[in-house]
Amino acid sequence: MADLHCETCPIHNVDNLIKLGINMEGFDYVIALTGNPNTGKSTVFNNLTGLRQHTGNWPGKTVTRAEGAFGYNNTKYKVVDLPGTYSLLSTSTDEEIARDFILFGKPDVTVIVVDATRLERNLNLVLQVLEITERAVLCLNLIDEAERHNIEIDHRTLSRELGIPVVPAAARQKQGMDELLKMIHEVASGKYVCKPYRMKTISKKVSKAVESITQKILIEYPALPNARWVAMRLLEGDQSVIDAVNTGELGKNYSENKTQPQHVA
Amino acid sequence: MKGIIIMSNKEYIIKEADDLRWELGENFHDHIIESVYNEAGAIAAKVINQKEESKKFHFDQWLDRLVTSRLTGFPIMFLLLAIVFWITIEGSNIPSGLLASLLVDTIHPELKLLAQNIGMPVWINGLLIDGAYLAMAWVIAVMLPPMAIFFPLFTLLEDFGYLPRVAFNMDNLYRRVGAHGKQALTMSMGFGCNAAGVIATRIIDSPRERLIAIITNNFSLCNGRWPTQILIATIFIGGAVPAHLAGIVSAGAVVGIALLGVLFSLAVSWGLSNTVLKGEASAFSLELPPYRPPRILQTLYTSLIDRTIFVLWRAIIFAIPAGLVIWLVSNVQMGELSIAEHFINWSNPFALLFGLNGIILLAYIIAIPANEIVIPTILMLTVTTVNIVGVGSGAGVMFELDSTADTAEILYSGGWSALTGVSLMLFSLLHNPCSTTLYTIYKETHSWKWTVVSALLPIAIGLVVCFFVTQIWLLVA
Repeated sequence: MADLHCETCPIHNVDNLIKLGINMEGFDYVIALTGNPNTGKSTVFNNLTGLRQHTGNWPGKTVTRAEGAFGYNNTKYKVVDLPGTYSLLSTSTDEEIARDFILFGKPDVTVIVVDATRLERNLNLVLQVLEITERAVLCLNLIDEAERHNIEIDHRTLSRELGIPVVPAAARQKQGMDELLKMIHEVASGKYVCKPYRMKTISKKVSKAVESITQKILIEYPALPNARWVAMRLLEGDQSVIDAVNTGELGKNYSENKTQPQHVA
Repeated sequence: MKGIIIMSNKEYIIKEADDLRWELGENFHDHIIESVYNEAGAIAAKVINQKEESKKFHFDQWLDRLVTSRLTGFPIMFLLLAIVFWITIEGSNIPSGLLASLLVDTIHPELKLLAQNIGMPVWINGLLIDGAYLAMAWVIAVMLPPMAIFFPLFTLLEDFGYLPRVAFNMDNLYRRVGAHGKQALTMSMGFGCNAAGVIATRIIDSPRERLIAIITNNFSLCNGRWPTQILIATIFIGGAVPAHLAGIVSAGAVVGIALLGVLFSLAVSWGLSNTVLKGEASAFSLELPPYRPPRILQTLYTSLIDRTIFVLWRAIIFAIPAGLVIWLVSNVQMGELSIAEHFINWSNPFALLFGLNGIILLAYIIAIPANEIVIPTILMLTVTTVNIVGVGSGAGVMFELDSTADTAEILYSGGWSALTGVSLMLFSLLHNPCSTTLYTIYKETHSWKWTVVSALLPIAIGLVVCFFVTQIWLLVA
């Protein structure tokens, strides 16, 4: 019912957002939605695609990935709603789905949805995602809740720190969605060049080891953008990553998914 | 590399990683995590400005202490559930009567008349109008009002953020019986739909604990069984007490059955984790989401579309063939009696041991694909086989339902008692999961063995429980 109003409202319908639901033929870019559990990923997903993926105030509502599509500025986007995850370093089935998609599914833009009232904890995941992706947009969701809790967030400084666009939003009230669309489009089309934050405080010994492995991985897989993350997982002895290196799956997934022109910064 | 060992670059990468891992030592992982936390903290400190804590925050904390406290947590949970059922039971009586008088009293005779006028053969007329149409009409009249009230109320609780608090209250109990604490979450999901609850067990990492959660999810009353339980409680439990208490007492009975389900899920989890699925419970953390003001309109809309219409549609799809079967078994004669009567007479002695009767067993078999239509099927079969004078107009035709009080009268005259009601509520809680859930279990476990266990274990428990309840009841009464 609420959707009906939005379709006719000229302000919301900025630059002809077309909700394409599950019509996913011939898309130009792939968008992944990730974030901690219960931050409103599925609500953002529904706002973008016009689908009605079940949402609820409930961590762990989404356990599989849902896919939908929308059109914006004559560009077709495929959106993948991933299960919420606290970390990319642990491994339960739902968290693996999120991690593998960001790593091997190679989305063109990763939208990280965070809960503004729990920003510090949410940033733990944000930093991990920024380690493995070049193009991301932070959706600072539940900003209305944060205001009610007297929490002020300087989103401009946050954007400078993280090196990616930060969009304050209240997805439940459909606020900030037009700005989010705009930033997704700018990042996807290469108009906005991300300089994702990379971790600084890792000890010399560790970073030397990571660096050394990273170099060797890049010789084998020159196009791999997240070699550092792969190096870290190898150092930890993650069997699925070891297998991916061994079988060459790592490089294959990367090249196969790039059917559309690459928009590297 | 001088060719002594020829190593590919890939193997070389992995070898070096192995070597370096030894050099770096075991706390490599912790070191990374620590860096992540420190740097996230540093960034947060730069951008977050927390002014004095708001009143809302204090209210949230106060509410959390209240609904998750050891002292008040469980009583509040029971009270909230009881209120939801009470509103459902009190609210659905009148619309049920109205729907029945429209669909059964008004439209059904019109259809019969129309069929007569166009010269439809008697058996097609009976099969379609007295079988399929009436089963569908019956399902709508009985199930739509309670669902249209119950689902929005339940969804409001969910949207507000109450369900994770239920899980929080329960997780310790599950850990103590050797299951995963997150099973409290999947159990709460099962209160909506067992198939969804089974899929939700993916949040549990350990295969052992996940299997326990899958097998015991069926003990959570689901969308299909809430209306059934509410209806039986209204007719049998509510019918047995003075009218002004009926609503409260029947609501209490449904809460009781739901709790019994939780107890069974705990007991069976304990049994499994001490026998075939032995092991330690793993640790986890459960995040309580903030309370959010429920969006009333959107909740009404989605709970009507996603749940009410979805469940009702499924029930109608299964009710139509069931209606055909009911008409056939009550009209095809073998000797003096219909097939239905043969089966009922034959199975009655066996069924009575469990406090049930032959009609219930037959209805259960006819309704195997969808257990939510068991009650409508039972009522149809009761009228067609127990020849109650003045009701209905022939075998296979459902009677005219004006109110639940009339329904109760008819069932009582058909030889039903309060014991039958209690046994039926127990059996409706404790029997195999619906076909959709079983299919989901198979898809999730890829194991015929565990699918069969999930199907047969609850039936066995149900029969044992009904047997003992009946025998003790008969001794005492």
